[in-house]
Amino acid sequence: MTEQGTVREPTGASADDAAPTEGADETPDDGATTGQTGASSVVATLEGAGVDTVFGVQGGAIMPVYDALYDSGIRHVTMAHEQAAAHAADAYGAVTGDPGVCMATSGPGATNLVTGLADANMDSDPVVALTGQVPTELVGNDAFQETDTVGVTTPITKSNYFASSADTVGDDVSTAFALAANGRQGPTLVDLPKDVTTDDTDAGASEPSVPDTVRVRERADAEDVEEAAETIAAADRPVILAGGGVIKGEATDEVRAFAVEHGIPVVTTMPGIGAFPEDHDLSMEMAGMHGTGYANMAITLTDCLIAVGTRFDDRLTGGVDSFAPDAEVVHVDIDPAEISKNVEADHPLVGDAGTVVEQIADAMPNSPDTEAWRDQCAEWQAEYPMDYAVSEDDPVKPQYVVETVDEATDDDTIVTTGVGQHQMWACQYWTYTEPRTWISSHGLGTMGYGVPAAVGARLAADDDQSVVCFDGDGSFLMTCQELVVAARENLDITVFVLNNEAIGMVRQWQDAFFEGRRMASEYPWVPQFDRLAEAFGVAGFRIEEYDDVADTVQEALAVDGPSVVDVYIDPTENVYPMVPSGGDNGQFALSEGHL
Amino acid sequence: MSGQGLPGPAPEDRERPTGRRNSQGIRIDPEAEAEHPPRRTVISALVEHEPGVLARVSGLFSRRQFNIESLTVADTQNDDWARITVVVEEPDPGIDQIEKQLAKVVPVIHVRELEDDALTRELVVVKVDADKPHEVQAITDMYGGRTLDAGPRTITVELTGDEQKIDDAIDAYRQFNIREIARTGQTALARGETKTAVVPDYLK
Ligand SMILES: Cc1ncc(C[n+]2csc(CCOP(=O)(O)OP(=O)(O)O)c2C)c(N)n1
Repeated sequence: MTEQGTVREPTGASADDAAPTEGADETPDDGATTGQTGASSVVATLEGAGVDTVFGVQGGAIMPVYDALYDSGIRHVTMAHEQAAAHAADAYGAVTGDPGVCMATSGPGATNLVTGLADANMDSDPVVALTGQVPTELVGNDAFQETDTVGVTTPITKSNYFASSADTVGDDVSTAFALAANGRQGPTLVDLPKDVTTDDTDAGASEPSVPDTVRVRERADAEDVEEAAETIAAADRPVILAGGGVIKGEATDEVRAFAVEHGIPVVTTMPGIGAFPEDHDLSMEMAGMHGTGYANMAITLTDCLIAVGTRFDDRLTGGVDSFAPDAEVVHVDIDPAEISKNVEADHPLVGDAGTVVEQIADAMPNSPDTEAWRDQCAEWQAEYPMDYAVSEDDPVKPQYVVETVDEATDDDTIVTTGVGQHQMWACQYWTYTEPRTWISSHGLGTMGYGVPAAVGARLAADDDQSVVCFDGDGSFLMTCQELVVAARENLDITVFVLNNEAIGMVRQWQDAFFEGRRMASEYPWVPQFDRLAEAFGVAGFRIEEYDDVADTVQEALAVDGPSVVDVYIDPTENVYPMVPSGGDNGQFALSEGHL
Repeated sequence: MSGQGLPGPAPEDRERPTGRRNSQGIRIDPEAEAEHPPRRTVISALVEHEPGVLARVSGLFSRRQFNIESLTVADTQNDDWARITVVVEEPDPGIDQIEKQLAKVVPVIHVRELEDDALTRELVVVKVDADKPHEVQAITDMYGGRTLDAGPRTITVELTGDEQKIDDAIDAYRQFNIREIARTGQTALARGETKTAVVPDYLK
């Protein structure tokens, strides 16, 4: 409990009232319940699946489920907005690897989840959403707070279910849970009509299990693996491209061992950040639109691309015609539909990332001779350093802030972000060494992800692990209301708002591609974020000059609870390198002059 | 304005790869450049007959911009299963994606592209002007159709057959002024002993 808030008793019920006292030993009749309902089966199923925390917002149609939670050991975190509940659950899932759970009522509660579920879907993050629904007999009548939630969320969930009876609702939830966690992970949803959750049932907890129609392949075909291994062994310029699937598939050890054993440079996608330590000699860091120059050179000139757990997003590939054009592609993925979807795989290997990488390792006839190639990669690293100019009189450079916070924190610190320039600086200038420490919105690019994700990550992280959020002023304004959760639950997170008084990434594009016509990208006025934080009961700080940076960062990190640092950054700073969309990765721009 | 940028050689000073890929991400081999003109084919999916499965499947097609010519769905020999037959016109990589994406839909049991010799049939109901009833009858007989309704002003017939036959018949009816057409879309089974869908033992 926090010092800030007074804790009130739930109205009408003290803890003692929870158990019926009068008439408790009489046989229940005339409508009295046995206490076992669809809702209690839902909650028992969550408990059985090992869920300890859920994120949500109350409401009419979901009330029976909340009522069942009242008697449960599961911790419920009340969010200010359902979108944040979905992001928090998503980050929780991304940090732990197990599904994060979010709950919302019908209608507006459910539709508010949509952005968060779409985000989780694009990033294959395991999330289970439970939504209230109007009673079955009202479904289809445009009843109060009715939305076709299953219909609305079909394209943005891995699978979803409309619960039809109290006796089977536990099975729906357990299936949703197993599907979210199994194979290629993703969000699932169970829509819970109010009568289904209030009806009596004898059903208790249901064991998570995936439907019989779902079969995930663990091992790739041995012959294909052999051919792939021979191709890798014969390559002159091999590169490993580690995607988010390496982290989600818990395959970082296997990928690291393989790279080191055979001396193969490693490039990551944005979701793959943390798959390989960025301080390692073989690390080329991130490739793609705002990837490092050396990663993009390596990926452009490689003759053998060993892609693991990536879907070849267009932010990574640029135009496919110029993507690794000389490379034979070995593609390892658990989802067969990713094979040759965007980039044709010469060696498709469907299976679990760790298992298949081990299979390849076992099949390698010899190591490729990569000495000259590694020298070339090192040359590019020297030629295209990630750098920025610091002049004491200028406003603070955002990159400097990112580096300072990195230095002031441990290696296992979790970073969350919003979406925009600050997000790119946070991935470029922070040195990630551990998986599940970079938690961001990749595929959907959702502004406002940062603060709720920090809440979810904080509750998922180890106690001695730090959680920091780099946010933009625009992104922060979209979900800063979630500071109320951080304050109420006294969550130790530190938010750095890299404040350029603009939705900076848009402004950068306007300057580059729209002749500097800055339509609706500059904020004529932003709140003082340190004071806004204080109004929420969160410690507020401000950085205006270089001299303040180191001390204020230390102070904010030292706060035992939430804090927000409003950092006035150089508003003219832009993100480079940059590959214009659909462009050629090898032709990245280092300045506006190159665009 | 910013734009001081980063150090390093400018784009034009960098080494360039020699190769290229085509729009499907396939490396262009100068000897045999892979070209993929669209082709028309029949995909058959056996699915669990549960609510929402058709919405999921059709949503998948529209969301991914697959070029779908017709889609039929109905029960099978087993009440718990339905068969979805889709005629698509796509280049090969697109057809491959349709199969893979369909297979991902949770209630889908089995998906495959049918061979050219598959037995595909469509039903069409055609309503034409009744000015020349005998000539209409002659065309109907020629295509093995049946008259469903004949009145002073309209004649309505039904025909079944493969796509080519239906197209030809409709062309023939045009001379009588076609008022309305309703086609069911293709449904199909694999020929002979070949199984249209392979159902794993644990689902039988
Ligand atoms: C919800 C949402 N709306 C709009 C966008 C489009 N968009 C991408 S980046 C960006 C600017 C982000 O501004 P800010 O959060 O201040 O970060 P900065 O780029 O200034 O660091 C916008 C508007 C988006 N990604 N997400």
